[in-house]
Amino acid sequence: MPSDVEEWKEELYGTDIRAEMERFAEEGWEAIPDDEHDAWFERFKWYGLYHQRAGQESYFMMRIGPPGGVLEPGQFRRIVEIADEYSRGPTDNPVFGNGWLDVTTRQAIQLHWIRIEDVPDIWDELEEVGLSTVQACGDSWRNIVGCPVAGKDKHEHVDADWLATELHDTYKENEAHSNLPRKWKVSVTGCDEGCGQGDINDLAFEPAEKEVDGETVTGYNVRVGGGLSRNEPRFARDIDVFATPERAVDVAGGISALFRDNGDRDNRYNARIKFLVDEWGPEKLRETLQEEYVDFELHTAGEDLRDSYSYNAGEADGKHDHVGVHEQVDGDYYVGLNVLVGRIGVDEGYELADAAEEHGSGEVRLTQRQNIIFTDVPEENLEDLRSEPVLEHYSPDPHPLQRGSIACTGTEFCSLSIVETKNRQVRYARWLVDNVELPEGVEDFHIHLSGCTASCAQPQIADVSLRGMKTRKDGEPVEALDIGLGGGLGEDPQFASWVGERVPADEVPGAIANLLENFAAARNDESQSFREFVADRDDDELAELIEPEETDYEDPFMHNTKRTWYPYAEDDDMDASPAPAKADGTPLPSDD
Amino acid sequence: MAIALRTLDDGAWISVNDSRQVSVSDVWTLSRGVFCECEPAYVLLEGFFGTGVDGSVVVADAVGQCLECGTRDSIDRLPVGRIVDGEFKPYGPEGIQSTVDPGAGAVRQT
Ligand SMILES: [Zn+2]
Repeated sequence: MPSDVEEWKEELYGTDIRAEMERFAEEGWEAIPDDEHDAWFERFKWYGLYHQRAGQESYFMMRIGPPGGVLEPGQFRRIVEIADEYSRGPTDNPVFGNGWLDVTTRQAIQLHWIRIEDVPDIWDELEEVGLSTVQACGDSWRNIVGCPVAGKDKHEHVDADWLATELHDTYKENEAHSNLPRKWKVSVTGCDEGCGQGDINDLAFEPAEKEVDGETVTGYNVRVGGGLSRNEPRFARDIDVFATPERAVDVAGGISALFRDNGDRDNRYNARIKFLVDEWGPEKLRETLQEEYVDFELHTAGEDLRDSYSYNAGEADGKHDHVGVHEQVDGDYYVGLNVLVGRIGVDEGYELADAAEEHGSGEVRLTQRQNIIFTDVPEENLEDLRSEPVLEHYSPDPHPLQRGSIACTGTEFCSLSIVETKNRQVRYARWLVDNVELPEGVEDFHIHLSGCTASCAQPQIADVSLRGMKTRKDGEPVEALDIGLGGGLGEDPQFASWVGERVPADEVPGAIANLLENFAAARNDESQSFREFVADRDDDELAELIEPEETDYEDPFMHNTKRTWYPYAEDDDMDASPAPAKADGTPLPSDD
Repeated sequence: MAIALRTLDDGAWISVNDSRQVSVSDVWTLSRGVFCECEPAYVLLEGFFGTGVDGSVVVADAVGQCLECGTRDSIDRLPVGRIVDGEFKPYGPEGIQSTVDPGAGAVRQT
C-alpha cells in the first residue's frame, strides 16, 4: 500500500505547490488547515521549507542549494541580508546570538526561524540574484554537490562545474523527475583529490579516461547507491559505466527515471536507491539502464583517479579539505576559511562578504566540510585579506582540532536528533585545543558529530565519529555519544567502527584526549597516520584506547534537550514555548 | 471519529490527527523480555517505522537500543498513548510496560 506521503505527492507535488504556499503566506500561518498540516509540511519540503521540531511550530528551516556550492558574486551577501531580516528567533543562542546562516555538508545554506508569511518576499530576493530553494528538501533531485573549486583547481581533470550546472538546469523543476520515491543525492567530482565525496551519494560521477574509437576521452565513471543513513551505510557501487560529460547528463536522467519507476514507494525506509542496488546488484541495474532508460550503447568503465583521492581520506598525501591558501590555474588564489560547525553570524557574514568583494571576485563557495572559500584572490591581495579582522575567527590556518570539526543541526531544531550538537561541538573543540597536545605530524584530524543515525554530519567517515545516543548516569537518562574510529574516504573508503558506546557527553572530550595520548604513545613511529593506526587494530584494542572520563570540561546540555522547546531558553520547558505564533511573534493557542 | 495516525520525517515522530505527539529520543522503561533481558530495560527509541490502534490504545513500531546491555532491535506495537473522547493522551515513557500476550506486544502495566 502506498504511504500517506505517496498519496499526498500523487495529489499535488512539484511546481504546483508554489501557488498554494503563496496563498498560505498571504493569509497567514493559521490558514493552513489543522488537519492538513502533515500533508502540507511534507510538500513544502520540495520548495526547501522544513517545519522545525515540536515546540517550534509555525517556524521553518529554509534551505538554499547552489549547485556545487558556488555562490556567484553578490549571492552570499544576499543570503546574509535575508538571514539578517527574516531568520530571527524568539530567543538567543548563547554561542551564536540571533540571526545566522548554516553551511551544510551538502554545500547548501540553511536558515532557521523562517515564517511562511515571509517566504514569497524571500523567494523574490533570492531569485533577483539567481538563487532558489527549489527541491532543496523533499523526494527529488537535491542540491548537486561537487568539487567546490571546480574551474579554478590545479587538480582538475574534467570540469565538474559544467556537469553540475547542466544537471541542475536539466533536472530541477523537471516534471518527469520531480516526484521520486525518496531523496536523490547526486555528486560530481572532477579532480584527482576526490572532493565531491561521490561514495556517499545516490549517484556519483567520478573523473575517468577512456579509449573511445582510438582516442582518449575524458569523462566520468558512474557509481550508484551510496548513503550513510539509518544504520545502513553504503558506499556507492561501481556499475561499470563511463560517460562523456554530455552523455553523463543522459545517464543521470536514465538512472533517475529508473529509480522513479523501481524504487520502493510502499516503504519509505526501504526507498533509497542503495536498497535497490542491494536487491538488484550493480549488473542488473546496468542492464536495466541500458535496455530501458538510455537509447545509446553504454561504455564500460574507464580508468579512474581514485588512487590519488585525498579528500577526507586520513593518510593519503594531498589536500584533505580546502582550508588555506591555494594557487588557482589562472595564477590567482583561492582561500579556504574555517567555519566552526558551519555557522556564520550575520554581522560576520557582512564582513566576510565585504572581504570577498574587496580582495577577491566576491564569489564565495561552500564546501562539504561546512567551510567557505573565497576565489580569485590576486597574489598581491593575499596579505591584506589575511589581515582582515574577521579572518581571525574564520581562519585560513585554524588549529587542526577546530579545522576538522563538523556538526549537524541537532536538537536545537531537528525532529530526528537525539542530542544537542553545534554548541556542544564548539565547546568540545575549544576544550580540546586548550587541553590536548597534538601528536607529531598530525595536521588533519576530523571529528564529526551527528545527532542521530540520519548521519547529516557524515559521522562514519571521520577519524573520530560521534553519534547521538542516551545513557543513564547517576540513575538519570543523559545525553551520550557513540564513538567510532577509523572512518574516511579515499581510494578505499572505510566506515568507522563503533568501538565506544553510550559515552556520557561530558566524558567525550576526556575520551578524545586519552585516545590521542594513547595514539601518540603506541603508534609505530611518527609517520604512521591515525587512520593507519586504527586500521592496524581490532575493535577490542581500540575500545581500550578510548578511556572516557570526566574532566574540567562542562556540558550544559546533559538533560533531555529534545524535551525543551529550545535548549538555551531561560525557561526551556515545552509549556513555555512561544510557538506556534503569528507572524509578529504573538503566541497562538495550540494543543500541538 | 476517525483518527489520522502516521509516522513522519524519517520516523522522527508519530503524528496523531496532524499533531506531533510522540517523539523519538526518549528513553522508555520496559519490563524484562519485552525488548531484552534487562529488568527493567531502559530503551532509547531512535526511530518509528509504523503506528496503529488497538481499541483505544495507540501503538508504535520502533527501533531502539537498551542503555544497559546495548541490544539494538525493533519493538512492535509499543503502547504510546490512548485516545480518550477523540483526544490523544500520551503515556509517559517512564512508566513500566510489560508483555501479557506475545501476540499483542507490550502492554501498559502502570
Ligand atoms: Zn538490556
